[in-house]
Amino acid sequence: MEENQKKQLILERFHYSQDEVIDKSFNWKQMWRLLQYLKPYAKNLLPLSFMTVIISTAIRLIIPILIGVYTLDRAIIEKDTTLLMKLVLIISGLYVLSYVVNLLRIRWMNELGQNVIYDLRKHLFTHVQSLSHKFFDQRSAGSILVRIMNDINSLQELFTSGVINLLTDFLLLFATIFILFSLNAKLTLAIMVILPIMFFISTSLRKKIRLSWQAVRLIQSKMNSHLNESIQGIRVTQAFSQENENIQFFKGINQENYQTWKQAVQKNAMFGPIVEMTNAAGTAILIWYGAFLVAGGECTIGEFVSFAFYLGMFWEPISRLGQLYNQLLIGMASSERIFEFLDERPIVAETRKPLVLPSIQGNIDFENVEFSYDTARNALNGVSFSIKAGETAALVGHTGSGKTTIANLISRFYDSTEGIIRIDGQPIQELSISSLRSQISVVLQDTFIFSGTIMENIRFGNPKASDVEVMAAAKAVGADPFITQLSNGYQTEVEERGNVLSVGERQLLSFARALLADPKILILDEATASIDTETEVKIQTALKTLLKGRTAIMIAHRLSTIREADKIIVLDHGNILEQGNHVTLMAKQGVYYDLVKAQYKMLDVG
Amino acid sequence: MLVFKKLKSFYLPFKQDFIWSTLFLIIMAGITVVYPVILQMTIDDVVLGRQYSWVPWISLGFIVIMAVKGLSAYIQHYLADMFGIKSVYSLRNALYEKLQRLSFSYYDNAKTGDLMSRLTADVEGFRFFVSFGFAEVLRFVIQVSASLCVMFYYSVSLTLVTMIALPFLSVVVYKFDRAVHPAFRGIRESFGRLNTKVQENISGIHTVKALSKEGIEIERFNKSNQDYRTKQLRTASVWSKYFPLMEVIGNISVVALLAFGGYQVINGALKPGELVAFYSLVWYIIWPIMNLGFTINMFSQAKASGERLLEVLEADETIYDEENVRSSGKMDGHVAFRDVTFRYHQEETAALKEVSFDAPPGSTIGLIGATGSGKTSMIQLLSRFYETAAGDILIDGHPIKEYGLKTLRSQIGIVLQETFLFSSTIKANIAYGRPDATMEEIIDAAKRAQAHDFIMELPNGYNTMLGERGMGLSGGQKQRIAIARAFCMNPAILILDDSTSAVDMETEFQIQKALREVMKGRTTFIIAHRISSLKHADEILVLENGRIIERGPHEKLAAGNGAYQRIYNIQYQDKKAIMQKAVR
Repeated sequence: MEENQKKQLILERFHYSQDEVIDKSFNWKQMWRLLQYLKPYAKNLLPLSFMTVIISTAIRLIIPILIGVYTLDRAIIEKDTTLLMKLVLIISGLYVLSYVVNLLRIRWMNELGQNVIYDLRKHLFTHVQSLSHKFFDQRSAGSILVRIMNDINSLQELFTSGVINLLTDFLLLFATIFILFSLNAKLTLAIMVILPIMFFISTSLRKKIRLSWQAVRLIQSKMNSHLNESIQGIRVTQAFSQENENIQFFKGINQENYQTWKQAVQKNAMFGPIVEMTNAAGTAILIWYGAFLVAGGECTIGEFVSFAFYLGMFWEPISRLGQLYNQLLIGMASSERIFEFLDERPIVAETRKPLVLPSIQGNIDFENVEFSYDTARNALNGVSFSIKAGETAALVGHTGSGKTTIANLISRFYDSTEGIIRIDGQPIQELSISSLRSQISVVLQDTFIFSGTIMENIRFGNPKASDVEVMAAAKAVGADPFITQLSNGYQTEVEERGNVLSVGERQLLSFARALLADPKILILDEATASIDTETEVKIQTALKTLLKGRTAIMIAHRLSTIREADKIIVLDHGNILEQGNHVTLMAKQGVYYDLVKAQYKMLDVG
Repeated sequence: MLVFKKLKSFYLPFKQDFIWSTLFLIIMAGITVVYPVILQMTIDDVVLGRQYSWVPWISLGFIVIMAVKGLSAYIQHYLADMFGIKSVYSLRNALYEKLQRLSFSYYDNAKTGDLMSRLTADVEGFRFFVSFGFAEVLRFVIQVSASLCVMFYYSVSLTLVTMIALPFLSVVVYKFDRAVHPAFRGIRESFGRLNTKVQENISGIHTVKALSKEGIEIERFNKSNQDYRTKQLRTASVWSKYFPLMEVIGNISVVALLAFGGYQVINGALKPGELVAFYSLVWYIIWPIMNLGFTINMFSQAKASGERLLEVLEADETIYDEENVRSSGKMDGHVAFRDVTFRYHQEETAALKEVSFDAPPGSTIGLIGATGSGKTSMIQLLSRFYETAAGDILIDGHPIKEYGLKTLRSQIGIVLQETFLFSSTIKANIAYGRPDATMEEIIDAAKRAQAHDFIMELPNGYNTMLGERGMGLSGGQKQRIAIARAFCMNPAILILDDSTSAVDMETEFQIQKALREVMKGRTTFIIAHRISSLKHADEILVLENGRIIERGPHEKLAAGNGAYQRIYNIQYQDKKAIMQKAVR
């Protein structure tokens, strides 16, 4: 019993969000919106590809008649050699024509589809870039990535072939039926019996198959989430010697995956044989009833043969239409997710005529600023303070007291819910966001390193900087010694989670990056937490030069950093408790004084 | 073929599925050729020969044969699929097990993305080949030879005439395969780059926005996006160049058939029905040849996939249990390093040079030193994540190699420098090292790590789900959960690797206070930059470039004249100044 309980615990040890298998229905409005992306090509690629498709379809339709009715009936059976040669030439000519047309068709259709996919992806990416912090806070990086990459790719086939094939297949289907009827109405009617069966397979069975493959995809994405996590967390797993438990967990998912596959395969393997059986039934009717008709003189051998060819062609458009319908439904699900992002508005939006600031001085004023991330509680309650250009302000308080919120509001990553924030006397909402942010640099608590060389990573702060400038910035923040020690110096390739750089070294890089950006306002968000003391001292000295002529907001825990500030703002639960410089606040013997005392008590007792 | 031989333990156990599926494949491919024959009989014997009494039999016979074919196709397809799925099931388990056992040094050089693509795309490539690759080759041989037999039976000369185009077709197929292979690889690589670009952008979006570099990011993205489109179109162009050409060559065969065959029918050398049958049979040869490129391609890709999988499966497990490991109960926690030297890679300079110290049970050792001085290396060696190059590490007087890895590591609670939490509940994360811990034990660990209060403030308390990378919690909160996770193991040795850097001073103070209680009876290693975190250690080791340059208790080191004193002064100089002012 206990053994079972433990096993159960292990099988439930990780949780991954898993969508349910649902069947999206077709949505015209969404389809119409998707089709808008074809608009730029409505006068060139779209009609061109369509034309080639029609020509190649027409050729495909004509040839069975030429071979059956003309070649077989009129030339061969009538023993007319010259007609035979003429027909052979005509057919060859048609084949050569279809070669040229097909060549163009493949080219143009792909160009059309790839261009649409390119546009769509560009649109989505650009839009996502404009979205605000809140958007990214609510979602994992993985889920955004999936939309930009996989969801858009799943529309690829729809646009390269789907839309055009849809029209062609309808055309092909009706043309085939028309030709069959005009060849022989009775035989056609007899064969039409299989049509409902074909439609049934194409829709109902295919739907079942589609849903079971969807189940496979879902379980696989769950498995992949776990694989990804288990690789990234391998060090923790080994440190806690949980390898065997994880292996058991994985066997659980793997088993689930196996079962789901098995079910999908059982259904999937049925499809081909059933289709063929239906075709066989059609052929049997053709042979039985056709032979009877030929015997009665109601049908020629050539017509009979043409019929056999067309019957084969009959299934193709029906099958493809069914497939296309599937594709459309999958595309629906993807496009719904894509449009959901595109409909997302940046919560921080520019006014119609944003003010472009040439070069700011760096005066910051908060006037009764209120802010809440969600409706539950305020992160800031009516905060007022002002920082003059060139001053350094330190924000002090516990986690959740509102320090980072203030920093986020200055960069306008969020908009305050009440009150006004001014930069150089101008309300921040009226400024152009890019002109504002280009003059503010934020050094974050956890710095992101892009894959590329160290040189490129520092240069990210200012893409126009020369190598010499990059190195100068690195030297100024004391990053140069460790960089030059690396195997390739500034040209060393680094990666997001690579082990080349330690946390402290990454922070140094982000300092260099910020310095290179040469901002008027510098925000340091607990940026020195993981740097060793001696390095920190170097940074402190570097900071002094760096801060000259800039307004700085520092969020820090360490008193040595805070003490030097021109202004110290003590926060608690979104309220300012005290502000002033170190000397005045110490003299006041208030909250700050207690904080300082507590910290040193900790140093002594700690 | 060596690759498939090496991987045989994954598919050979299921060979029954393969054998049966092959058997049904032969039946299926054989019947395919029957259709043209029946068509021929209908035309020549029934219609032209006026044997109308045959009609029902031919029709019924046709249906029966097709039913047999359908059934065979179903069984063949199903068994082939199952053969692949079963093989992949056992392969996946083996891969996962391997990945769990590979040591840190393997992961230092591995990229998550690369490993993931092996586990997904390469496994899939292997499955596809196992399911369809073998079968596809067989089908080709059977179908082409059966069709040829029937054709030769009808007319040798006509067969030869229609075959004229086949060498040309083969050349085109070959050239197509050569061109399309790199084109597809181009697409895959370009997609990979685009993927990396977008992924980095999103993961680093706060940095992008903080520096207001969206414009540059869009530009960079567009470059990759354009490249992807170019690669797609290049492939399409290869496609458009060869595919219609293959079709036209096939069609030329048909025209030759029509001209020469028609002539023969007129001369009476061939029956009309035979000509029609030829017309179908020709395609049974041309299609497989056109497809041959894909089959070959599939084979070479499966081979490459198999190689990449073998690389993982055959990677060295550098760290494993020795024979006859010591099974020990609770350890005392007496840790000793004897002249330990260590390098991450053989060529590199040593990360640790002749390090020795002795930590009696229950003592606390502080480690301080600049980034890269070797602090983390020391504790990683203690858990045997890496092997020493020289020297011994002893616990309770025995070299750590003599303990089983599980025994050793379950006695060591580590809080790593970078917090990693799993996608699970907070409860399960704290109990990660001891899945059977009771709720009381979990809460107790959380309380000691100063995490209980904030956990209780969350809407679902201990059952709150943490998403990828523990979303929704601040850095300090994640660190505290990681600390609780280590406490929950109730280890004899506790290691804290700079684990309170992201919490504010007061919380750290609380944690430190709690730690003192937790540390009782345990040997504890604390890596920290703040002297306040270390000063109560029984011995503080100051590291520089892989050597211990100073050691001793805080009082001795602070009074000394070395690196520690320098750090101490920096951190405490302002204390004097501030407190003097305050006292005044």
